[in-house]
Amino acid sequence: MSRAVLYEEVRKLLQAGAQLVDVLPRERYREQHLPGAINVPLKELDATTTAQLDRSKPVVAYCFDAL
Amino acid sequence: MGFQEVYDYVPSKVDWLARGLPMEGEKADKSVVGDILRQDVVTASLQTRMADVRERVESSPYGFALVVTEGGTLLGRLRKASLQGDPDARAEDVMEPGPSTLRPDLTLDDVSERLRTWDLKTAVVTDPEGRLIGLVRRADME
Repeated sequence: MSRAVLYEEVRKLLQAGAQLVDVLPRERYREQHLPGAINVPLKELDATTTAQLDRSKPVVAYCFDAL
Repeated sequence: MGFQEVYDYVPSKVDWLARGLPMEGEKADKSVVGDILRQDVVTASLQTRMADVRERVESSPYGFALVVTEGGTLLGRLRKASLQGDPDARAEDVMEPGPSTLRPDLTLDDVSERLRTWDLKTAVVTDPEGRLIGLVRRADME
């Protein structure tokens, strides 16, 4: 279960070491992504594709916009 | 999947871009609309009288005002002709509803070309939920 957050909280989470995950398709990620973000396309989200993430640290996910 | 804390950055990438924050990637160096946003456009509510907004527009860099809700959602545009008409008219009665808008992640190359094609000097920029973020001027891109 995820919790919705806005920019200010994202900033604090990242400063505290949270992992940033871009769930957009690979091509969109390759073109442009937030600094330090790891790409895990939403359609491929499973235990294998998220194996590179540290389960003990917070994860902040984002896509393109709120729609 | 075993994660202890998961957060959803709801306004997402568009919000980040609109704040002019750095990006990474093959196209990260391309300037986007969010990089040159201006916040100096006059805004009015639906109930604002033309007499109350006219003077502010005259001292602004633009010949129009934008009508927004309390939450900042863009509703319409007040053109010069409306502003110079009946001073008691309310914005809701004379505004041009639903002006065309751009998103902040468009590249300046794309936007500059569009503004040239349409012979426009400015473009209104909103977020994906229709909230006014600012304006871009063609002069700032050339």
